[in-house]
Amino acid sequence: MTNNRAVRTLNNRAVRTLAVWCPDWPVIAAGGSAELPGAVFAGGRVFACSAVARLEGVRRGQRRRDAQSRCPELAVYLHDPSRDTRLFEPVAESVEELVPGIEIVRPGLIVVAARGAARYYKGELPMLAKISTTVADETGRDVQLGLADGSFAATQAAYLAQVVPAGDAANFLAPLGIQALERPELADLLMRLGVHTLGGFAALPRSDVLARFGPDAAYAHDLAHGLEARPPSARSAPPDLAVEMALDPPIDRVDTATFVAKTLAEQLDERLAARGLACIRISIEARTSNGEQLARSWRHGGISTAGFSASAIADRTRWQLDGWLSGTIRSDDGRPTGGMVFLRLIPDEVVADVGRQLSLWGSAAGWGSATAGSATAWGGDASAGGADIEQIERALARVQGLLGPDAVVTAIVGGGRELADQVRLVPWGEPREVLPGDSCPWPGRLPSPSPATVLSGLRSASVTAADGSPVEVNGRLAVSAPLRWLRVEQREPVEIAGWAGPWPLDTRWWDHAAARCRARFQLTTVDGSGWLVAFDNDRWLVEAVYD
Amino acid sequence: MLHAAALPVDFLERVGVSTLTGSGSLPDGMPDYAVLPVPPALASLFPGGGLRRGSTITVSRSPSLVLALTAQVSKRPGWCAEVGAPLLGSAAAVEAGVVLERFVRVAEPGEQWATVTASLLEAFDLVVVHPPTRASQGDMRRLSARARERSAVLLVAGAWEGAMVGLSVVRSTWQGLGEGHGYLRARQIEVQALGRGSAARPQRVKVWLPGINGAVSLSRENAA
Repeated sequence: MTNNRAVRTLNNRAVRTLAVWCPDWPVIAAGGSAELPGAVFAGGRVFACSAVARLEGVRRGQRRRDAQSRCPELAVYLHDPSRDTRLFEPVAESVEELVPGIEIVRPGLIVVAARGAARYYKGELPMLAKISTTVADETGRDVQLGLADGSFAATQAAYLAQVVPAGDAANFLAPLGIQALERPELADLLMRLGVHTLGGFAALPRSDVLARFGPDAAYAHDLAHGLEARPPSARSAPPDLAVEMALDPPIDRVDTATFVAKTLAEQLDERLAARGLACIRISIEARTSNGEQLARSWRHGGISTAGFSASAIADRTRWQLDGWLSGTIRSDDGRPTGGMVFLRLIPDEVVADVGRQLSLWGSAAGWGSATAGSATAWGGDASAGGADIEQIERALARVQGLLGPDAVVTAIVGGGRELADQVRLVPWGEPREVLPGDSCPWPGRLPSPSPATVLSGLRSASVTAADGSPVEVNGRLAVSAPLRWLRVEQREPVEIAGWAGPWPLDTRWWDHAAARCRARFQLTTVDGSGWLVAFDNDRWLVEAVYD
Repeated sequence: MLHAAALPVDFLERVGVSTLTGSGSLPDGMPDYAVLPVPPALASLFPGGGLRRGSTITVSRSPSLVLALTAQVSKRPGWCAEVGAPLLGSAAAVEAGVVLERFVRVAEPGEQWATVTASLLEAFDLVVVHPPTRASQGDMRRLSARARERSAVLLVAGAWEGAMVGLSVVRSTWQGLGEGHGYLRARQIEVQALGRGSAARPQRVKVWLPGINGAVSLSRENAA
């Protein structure tokens, strides 16, 4: 077993890596500080909290009421990844000037290969000192640095602000808890089996871990040994996988950037999927109309065998563009003026996409790419059997690319008296907001069952009595004669079998232009169809059909 | 508490309790994945008791029937999409049981309706399409083939070439309106299914759609 480990060490030679970490960055970016209790909430649960809040018992994943009961003075912030990225840009720039080739794992965590820089600054400790003082001077942010073999160990070292000597990663990692692997199901299982530390996990035979828990756990096992946090099949992507787009007119607004980011991410994902690859490191490059070249690399999650999904790529592109467009880049460079004219996404490192294992019966068991979580933010039920939320998003992104973002909608039925007012169409990708009036009672609404066809343009009709004269409704809601014949537009008149009404609808009487005063009737004709017609100002209209 | 079996069947149907059990399981005991459920009252219309994945179904001129079928798939839970105007009434959709978060609509695809439908068939369990009047046979055949390939159900609100089952409403009677009073309460319709292969013999069933409580239920006027 020792021999195998030695062989694997040679094959996965860990690179001396530096990790730069801003503790609790989402809270800092939201405006909180480390000394005051504060927490950032995403989806109703704690996403990040400050150190003081942690002392009071606030933890990630808690519900808001739970967190506030433990810490009543908790400052509450909403999660905004764009803001986090935008405010982290100066720190990233500052580190990049000292050590080129940085990779952002998430706003607040940067990893970079450090061997060359260490030689340049004549020692690892001088390099660390230089970085922390420069970042503090230029941006005013406090960072913690960690140095170790491999990005997983370096990240753990940064959490503890330590320098781990070369080759000592396994010993450093041994006493750390299993939660560091960021795999909650595996951690839960191992804890119940009595394995609480990375050392304990590393002591298990690798072949047994592979057989019992699968390849992902075997990869985690390698990490616990301090071997390189790069999936074994990682390799550089062939150059023709990059996607680029010339932007005309130049983009200088964040919402246009969102749409472009989605389209490009979709294209890249398709190209990668066609080759069976998933991307774990992506470079986003842009050029402004003034000729400035901007570039940033993002690494997937830190440690995972999966790659970015299309939505994850789109999110990061959007955050990065947002960061550049509204950015607080240092004053001597200034904001990129003039807008972006060119955008390119380059998959730097790819792995073979493990793909989705379709079982013989039942729905696809998700295996490969991990989603970035933007799907659940849209209220989608990610556990719906059969359809995979990622495939759904991909298909809808394609349709939005063809027809525009507003063409794909979901509906919300809310408040309102008129049939048209009750329905709001929300473009896919935007939050489905519930307005305050939605759950209130609306007197004057039609009773259920509601009609299945609501005509968007009201069709003219004529309703006549038995003698052929048009039926009228006067101001006192009295009908001039019982309704007998219905004629819709140019069709044949049909005999009315039953009718009810008039039901008045009198809205917005204070607004002359928008006022609507109408008398509605439900009627059925002898052929069995049901209609909703209205008498409005001497004319009859068909509002809906019960078909 | 009264046990459901103790009450007369017609009373149960009147209040909307279906007396058919189960839907969507094939006679040889294959699990549910290959067949999407339909409202139990309509199960007799479909070979296999439900919507077989990969098949194309037409429903002519009855948006309520389309909504009832969509709702059963949406509740399963499943994702459904709709392409083409006019969009089905959303309030009626909610009453039928469609989960609006999982019901995505594309109102005006224009000339690209076939491409859009094909993209949606890749990912959704059920795609409702309102084909334009000038839809070409080639498009129809290609989309049916795509549905078969991706194991999705293509539900066409209109005419279609080569559909497995074609549903139509042959008779409908609304209840609840008198002469100047009342309101539309419930409707009894007779649904006919015509198809190819094992569905070649026309099947008819009378259902309440919508029933008194909004659901689809069998009418006691069905023979046997």
